[in-house]
Amino acid sequence: MSTLAIDKAGPSRKVKYGSMSRDRAWALRWSYFFLVLFAIFFLTPPIYMLITSLKSSAEISAATNPWWVFHPTLSNYVELLSSNQFLRFFWNSSVISIIVVIVTMMISIPAAFALARMKFWGSATLATGVFLTYLIPDSLLFIPLFKVLGVVQDLTGITLLNRWYVLVFIYPTLTVPFCTWIMIGYFASIPKELDEAALIDGASWLQTLTRIFIPVALPGLIAATIFAFTVSWAQFLYPLVFTTSVDQLVLPVGITTTLIKGDVFNWGQIMTGALLGAAPPLVIYAFLMDYYIAGLTAGATKG
Amino acid sequence: MADVALRKVVKRYDDVEAVRGIDLDIADHEFIVLVGPSGCGKSTTLRMIAGLEDISDGDIMIGGDVVNDVPPKDRDIAMVFQNYALYPHMTVAENMSFGLRLKHYPKAEIKARVTEAARLLDITDLIDRKPKQLSGGQRQRVAMGRAIVRNPKVFLFDEPLSNLDAKLRVQMRIEIKKVHQKVRTTTVYVTHDQVEAMTLADRVVVMNKGRIEQIGTPNELYHKPATRFVAGFIGSPAMNFIPCRLEDAGGTLQIRLTDRIAFALPPARAARYNALPRTEKLLLGLRPEHLTESHAHLEPGVESFDTVLDVTEPMGMETLVYFGLEGTPICGRVNPNAGAKDGAPMRLAMDLNNMHLLNEATGVVL
Repeated sequence: MSTLAIDKAGPSRKVKYGSMSRDRAWALRWSYFFLVLFAIFFLTPPIYMLITSLKSSAEISAATNPWWVFHPTLSNYVELLSSNQFLRFFWNSSVISIIVVIVTMMISIPAAFALARMKFWGSATLATGVFLTYLIPDSLLFIPLFKVLGVVQDLTGITLLNRWYVLVFIYPTLTVPFCTWIMIGYFASIPKELDEAALIDGASWLQTLTRIFIPVALPGLIAATIFAFTVSWAQFLYPLVFTTSVDQLVLPVGITTTLIKGDVFNWGQIMTGALLGAAPPLVIYAFLMDYYIAGLTAGATKG
Repeated sequence: MADVALRKVVKRYDDVEAVRGIDLDIADHEFIVLVGPSGCGKSTTLRMIAGLEDISDGDIMIGGDVVNDVPPKDRDIAMVFQNYALYPHMTVAENMSFGLRLKHYPKAEIKARVTEAARLLDITDLIDRKPKQLSGGQRQRVAMGRAIVRNPKVFLFDEPLSNLDAKLRVQMRIEIKKVHQKVRTTTVYVTHDQVEAMTLADRVVVMNKGRIEQIGTPNELYHKPATRFVAGFIGSPAMNFIPCRLEDAGGTLQIRLTDRIAFALPPARAARYNALPRTEKLLLGLRPEHLTESHAHLEPGVESFDTVLDVTEPMGMETLVYFGLEGTPICGRVNPNAGAKDGAPMRLAMDLNNMHLLNEATGVVL
């Protein structure tokens, strides 16, 4: 069909056709160039981590090519994975992250649904307000938060500082606003007629949420879950401030505080710990990516 | 099944009145179509009946009960939306049974109802598919099926055919009519398409600017429009409106269209319009089919005149001719064999027995 049209265009056809494909080719070349640059830039640190984690301390400090492993060893992995301390960090991180994800979802989903769908006085302002709280950096918040927790601890007699579970209360201040915000977006993209149909079919607001919105917005919920998990898993400042005893530490803080002794850096184990620490989010991404990409709303309405 | 009544229903959005106090009585089993241009308040009215919009003033009654503050789910209504609004993660059967499942109907009954509705709509084969695997027409059927299985008091349709292509629209129109003949549920149907309104309705409600212009059977609206708006809205091509005035000439009443063209009114019309002041600015309303080619033996009340055609549109069974009369564009319908040609002179005949006379200022049909 298109060739026919081009043939009819006569003498100008080659120029036109050529210029279009040349444009495309150049666009592709630039895309590849920047994407490769991007990939190299962001993959270099993890690759270096992997290389270093396979070296012994002697080889790390030796003046050989740092980008090559001459005597690969798994000793760093064995040492870390058999160390109760490291497993403790891992356990703390896992428990905290999972609880934070659950708490975040239990707050964010109803909040986003209310803000996206139940029009009430001030709902738009509130939605913006929720997002604004996310914009306050944690480096500004940690001192006042520390004070607040100190006061609460004094008043109630419940030990909060230097306990891993305090992080379960603090992380949602980061995850809830952002997750609510992105889910408002997802819920808002669901056609209004869908909840109206559910409403007429006899569903309550809660049933509309659980039986229509959550299944339809599942890719969005998964995106929010991944975000909440990643934030909790990688959080460094808050656990550094709020927990100090070794048995209360989470992975990122644990690695840096226990594997650096004075000015002695145990690089092999640091890199191994960092690599092992990066694994769970990677695995989660890999498993949920399909859901994440799948568009479930197709076919709801015209289209 | 139930009747529906609207009493002085008003809808205000801040300071805009979308619906300005409408009264409407819909009988049990009746198929009512609300029609009008976009922004006339027809959809808002439907959504108020559904309970999806609060009403600012007045009363809505379903089956004799005032439902102003009754939530949609307790009004026992079903609605079909323009974009179908099927639940994308459920199969056709799940979509159709969702309402029944929420109300905890016995499984056997749900299955029986879904099967029956699917058979009625000819979608039995599609029952296990997801909405995205269906065509537009099929989705529309499922949306109707979802309404039918509930066996509600009232069906509400909100422009259900607007998203379909022209051919499918005609087909689904007939389908909807057939379904209504079988289930006989009171139906309120909103559309902006006057053909849909005419073909489906027992009675049509023409709305404009938040008010009801006229309520009547399709034939009443077509032949006895109450206002210029209704006269111009119903019928395609639209009715011609030609500025004119009445004058007395030798004991007969005649209608003057231009300096050159004036016709004596038929006796019945003359008697009807005789009392009108001669100075008033009037409009002659004439449907295109009452403006045809002239021939030798014209009936009484049919008057001929010469004009030059601007454009002709052959439609097959007829040819539409367009010409101007002192700057007023006019459309007529002539026989395809009458020899109408672009730019050619033609002698046309006006059937004044079917004329309408309107007050130009108020738009009221006299």
